[in-house]
Amino acid sequence: MDFTFTDDQLTFREAVSRFLMTEAAPETLREIWNTDIGRSPELRKNIAEQGLTALSVPEDCGGLGMDDVAWALMTQELGYYALPDSLGDVAYVAAGLITGLPAGTASREEWLGRIADGSIRIAVGHPVNPLVADANPADLLLLAHGDEVHAVPRDQVEIEPNPSIDLSRRLARVRWTPATATLVADGAAGRALWAQTLNRGALSAAGQLLGLAQRMLDLSVDYVAQRKQFGKPIGSFQAVKHHLADVATKIEFAKPALYRAAYALAHGEAGADARVSHAKLACGEAASLAARHGIQVHGAMGYTWEVDLQMFMKRAWALDAAWGDRGFHKARIADAILVEGAALGPGHTFEE
Amino acid sequence: MDLAYTPRQKAFREEVRAWLAANLPREPLASYDTREGFEQHRAWERKLFDARLSMVIWPEALGGRGCDLIEWLIFEEEYYGAGAPMRVNQNGQLLLGPTLIEFGTEEQKARFLPRMASSEDMWAQGWSEPNAGSDMAAITSKAILSADGTHYVVNGQKTWSTRASFADWLFGLFRSDPGSSRHHGLSYLAVPLDAPGVTIRPIQALNGKQAFAEIFFDDVKVPVENRIGDEGQGWHVAMATAGFERGLLLRSPARFQYTARKLVELYKAHRTVADRDPSIRDAVIEAWTGTEAYALSAYHTVGRLAKGARIGAEASTNKIFWSELDLKMHETAMRILGPFAELTGDAPEAVEAARWLDGFLFAQAGPIYAGTNEIQRNIIAERMLGLPK
Repeated sequence: MDFTFTDDQLTFREAVSRFLMTEAAPETLREIWNTDIGRSPELRKNIAEQGLTALSVPEDCGGLGMDDVAWALMTQELGYYALPDSLGDVAYVAAGLITGLPAGTASREEWLGRIADGSIRIAVGHPVNPLVADANPADLLLLAHGDEVHAVPRDQVEIEPNPSIDLSRRLARVRWTPATATLVADGAAGRALWAQTLNRGALSAAGQLLGLAQRMLDLSVDYVAQRKQFGKPIGSFQAVKHHLADVATKIEFAKPALYRAAYALAHGEAGADARVSHAKLACGEAASLAARHGIQVHGAMGYTWEVDLQMFMKRAWALDAAWGDRGFHKARIADAILVEGAALGPGHTFEE
Repeated sequence: MDLAYTPRQKAFREEVRAWLAANLPREPLASYDTREGFEQHRAWERKLFDARLSMVIWPEALGGRGCDLIEWLIFEEEYYGAGAPMRVNQNGQLLLGPTLIEFGTEEQKARFLPRMASSEDMWAQGWSEPNAGSDMAAITSKAILSADGTHYVVNGQKTWSTRASFADWLFGLFRSDPGSSRHHGLSYLAVPLDAPGVTIRPIQALNGKQAFAEIFFDDVKVPVENRIGDEGQGWHVAMATAGFERGLLLRSPARFQYTARKLVELYKAHRTVADRDPSIRDAVIEAWTGTEAYALSAYHTVGRLAKGARIGAEASTNKIFWSELDLKMHETAMRILGPFAELTGDAPEAVEAARWLDGFLFAQAGPIYAGTNEIQRNIIAERMLGLPK
């Protein structure tokens, strides 16, 4: 029993953080926000050169074969820097779905190889999300038709952009016609793939939300330590301190929920749905509180476009309802804990 | 990350489970805030001790089993999962115990710890005073060393001392340097409560019982051998024992997970009525997510401690988290019970012998004792986030 990360995993996280600190600085974010597609080919190229697009791709397809537990750390960094790129969707969520396709599926190895080398953008249209993120710049879209999974080239879909308040999320309504040529899985196999994909998408959003919460807390701590009123830093006032202490507490108890969910997914546990939903709710609540208290302690500055806080708040507000909103995830937990014979209470945190 | 228990850990769980199944009291014990219930709990502690289950993390020489913290978590899960009695001597065993192990002399350890593990000696705390609550460094009760250096003469008053009306000993901080102020010049003493000059006046708590007491010291002679740590170092001794471990030991996740399980059962049994207020379902879900988060946090922290990490002010997030969660769970139960929630254990129509009401009353104290949650928020802001004083 060891519910901690290895030194290697922590070193990896540290390296990702150092890389993003320079590659995804707030000034870069603002530049990319102002572009038409909201994405930077140069940034993607640098990400791929670091090997980050290859993390989840199986080793025999040119990847590193990392599991969900590594992504629980990785996605926090993506959130902390509000990376304006669909890396998580492509390299984790889409990579997981494609890896799950039966061996021998046409183009499976090619897609995985191109995910690994960073030469393909894939958008995932899971039914839980009415709009598809990054559909426009995608080369390939993974779309649902009932239980069926279709891999549809960009030129076979019609895309209607739906701008989000978060300018690094490019959402679109996607219209398309299912065809035999694009079908890659159906029936029970398709259903299982979509279920897995939902959990990975939700875990990815949860990790990003937790990273966002930490970033908003850090920005707020910096601000209240230097902003002076009544002759002293406003961070010395208890009303301000307590706002931020509450955010720190929320973050502290969302973290282990995220890690437990990642482990449950990586090991295919039967109770993974409820664990993932717990992580999504806890991380979403931490990020929401960090945004609410963050803007409050920033005062009017927090309401401006100029101060960086806004970029992280907007990402947090958007992701809170992505990959299942709170109602969706609460219902999944209710299904798990209210059922007859549910394994609840002391001694059931790890053993099923 | 490896979330499987080892065969040794599984075997320990089985052993504890089997022992509890065979030995748990058939009838619930009376409240330990009464003399009768206190003695029933003392007898139960003795039984645990005889099976070497009262202090499983203590070394074998002190009556324990030398368990690591994972095994301790397993013990707690089985203990509270079985609905076993609350631990009446935990202030001694879990607060003073670790301090003695770190700072006590060999003579003190041998004298105090085994009798504490067996609950032959029951311990009360002596921290707060009428004018030293959240501001504990304002302590004024004095302990002046005699001219021959053999004993202290203690004068003053302590208050909010849990179950002191029934306890045998008190541990706490006293000002041994009369010219000192704040956290300087304090000494950490163990005082027998039957010593001449000690007067105990019970304080009736919200539940009508003598849950705590105030204690008056009038020229009480305390042998110098009863000082734990060095003269004048009391504050350091009181604070230095790894704060986190102490906090975790005192409020293990299992007892809250047990409450969450009972709350789910209560909700399911009363669902038709409860679902008229949809926020109740949400609160039941939060009971599960909250208690699981607390348990997961404990396992994560115990794992980090085992790898040599030091835990600091994060411990204060624990206190806030469990106390507010416990309160919320009991409030939810009260809302489910509706007009039956107010009935006491004497009421013929009380649900589950009014255990939810008892828990609800006790949960009111959670955000107040052991450092109010406002003090904890200050600690988090200043020591964890680095905000200015």
